[in-house]
Amino acid sequence: MIEARELTKRYGDKTAVDRLSFTVKSGEVTGFLGPNGAGKSTTMRMIAGLDAPTGGSVTVNGRAYAKHPAPLHEIGTLLEAKSVHPGRSAHNHLMALAHTHGIARRRVDEVIELAGLSSVAGKRVGAFSLGMGQRLGIAAALLGDPGIVMLDEPVNGLDPEGVLWVRNLLRGMADEGRAVMLSSHLMSEMALIADHLVIVGRGRLLADTTLDDFTRTAAGGGVKVITDQAERLRPLIAGPDVVITSHSAEELVVSGRTAREIGMIAASHGVPLYELTPQAASLETAFMDLTRDAVEYHSAPADNAPADNADTYPKAA
Amino acid sequence: MTTSSLSEAPAAVTPVRKVTPRGVVRSEWLKFWSLRSSWIALAASLVVLLAFGVIAAATYGPPTAGNSDEGMSDGSSDAVSLALTGSPLVSLIVGSLGVLLVAGEYSTGMIRSTLTAVPRRLPVLFSKSAVVALLVLVLTAIGALVAFALGAVGLDGEKISLSLGDEGVLRSLLGFGVYMALVAAFGVALGALLRSPAGGISSLLGILMILPNLTSLLPDSLADALEPRFPSTAGEAMFSLHRSADSLSPGAGFVVFAGWVALALAAAAFRLKRTDV
Repeated sequence: MIEARELTKRYGDKTAVDRLSFTVKSGEVTGFLGPNGAGKSTTMRMIAGLDAPTGGSVTVNGRAYAKHPAPLHEIGTLLEAKSVHPGRSAHNHLMALAHTHGIARRRVDEVIELAGLSSVAGKRVGAFSLGMGQRLGIAAALLGDPGIVMLDEPVNGLDPEGVLWVRNLLRGMADEGRAVMLSSHLMSEMALIADHLVIVGRGRLLADTTLDDFTRTAAGGGVKVITDQAERLRPLIAGPDVVITSHSAEELVVSGRTAREIGMIAASHGVPLYELTPQAASLETAFMDLTRDAVEYHSAPADNAPADNADTYPKAA
Repeated sequence: MTTSSLSEAPAAVTPVRKVTPRGVVRSEWLKFWSLRSSWIALAASLVVLLAFGVIAAATYGPPTAGNSDEGMSDGSSDAVSLALTGSPLVSLIVGSLGVLLVAGEYSTGMIRSTLTAVPRRLPVLFSKSAVVALLVLVLTAIGALVAFALGAVGLDGEKISLSLGDEGVLRSLLGFGVYMALVAAFGVALGALLRSPAGGISSLLGILMILPNLTSLLPDSLADALEPRFPSTAGEAMFSLHRSADSLSPGAGFVVFAGWVALALAAAAFRLKRTDV
């Protein structure tokens, strides 16, 4: 488990990470998202003890990273691609890390095999492609068989087979009860793998939610209804917590009722429906909406569903 | 996050191993030997030491009126100083090797891997210094003995010819190895302080080679007091056979130079521990 509490990092008068609090739990894949410069890498470096926080704290399994007697067994990290000396072979690189913890050569061979690097293990890392470098970084993260893995952009440069491998690997680790934290700019990939999302912008927490909640909320949890009797239908489906917005004369977007409920009501009142579609925003759309707001309004906490104020009918009691 | 699923995570929750000083030394040992540049630097220092020593001895001629041994700082040639003619260049090579061992990790990003494995950080600095110092000590001490033995062939029959059993010879040759070992550790400290190969090597060059020449800018009394205590002049006192009037004794030279190295390492340790990577 990783716990950040009011984590802050300032460089001069620039605040890279601003009172960030979140938790990465065991048994889940937590996606760590944010636009470029949002403070993701800085946060990960603080988790791994490379950068010292200006304020607040972050712990790994209840302790600061550097206080662990054997950190590689607690958390495996892939920070930036190629945190490796290019003149050394992959095997020697991993072996050098393994020696510090007294990890056996057998385990080194195991992670090389697991990462699909067996045929190039003796080659100098400088000759590696981006994808092979990523595989080596992931192999290093797995070396200590840690209960937590934290990977910064792990699928960068990987071929489709490699992407699938990472997805299955991380899913498998989470299912075994380990905590997985990863950052990625590939929203489609993140949508496939993450259970939980921590989204930052300008160093601040924008959202800490589940993937399902996030995409549902971003879409307004709405159902799109198209009918030529929109004005007749509107009061029929209104109710507490039901919000109805409209962009054209024939279209309603209803949140607070399921498609099934709306269909039943429309049928019982004889309102013909031409379309009845549950709205589901893609993670990408939801993410863009959220971070666009963050840029425009600096730090609007995005707890609430975005709502079109002009046409909103809050039919709450 | 149930207890049953946690207990299924194999080995992850029962780390019995831990980071030990011995493990860090083994790691640094492997890191040293697994880079081609280490081999090249060690080989180069040995070649330079032997070649310069042998050539200097072979071409040696007794001083005549017009030729009074340029290049020897104290003006008196002896079999030991001839064997160690390559000393300034060797010190640059082993010092640069020390710089590269650390600064090379910063320039490649390897340092992030290193310090996530050893987050207490200081064991890395001390293990690196110890590994390179030990290897340089063994190599350059043996190299000095061999250079002396080969040089003795060239000097056969000359008035300055000495044998290993003569007073001070063995002490000087081994002192040379100790000096080079300390220079390598000094390089490690500079590399950790400056975090850049170019910066580390140029400051090494400046401190060992240029600093002693700047004393001419100082008033004579101050220059006379300071010069023997500069790193390289103090260090050279460790392996000179004959002590000149204004230089330190070998023992005092060792203490002063070791003090400089300790100071540099302390500053490097402070920076390593206190600043972000």
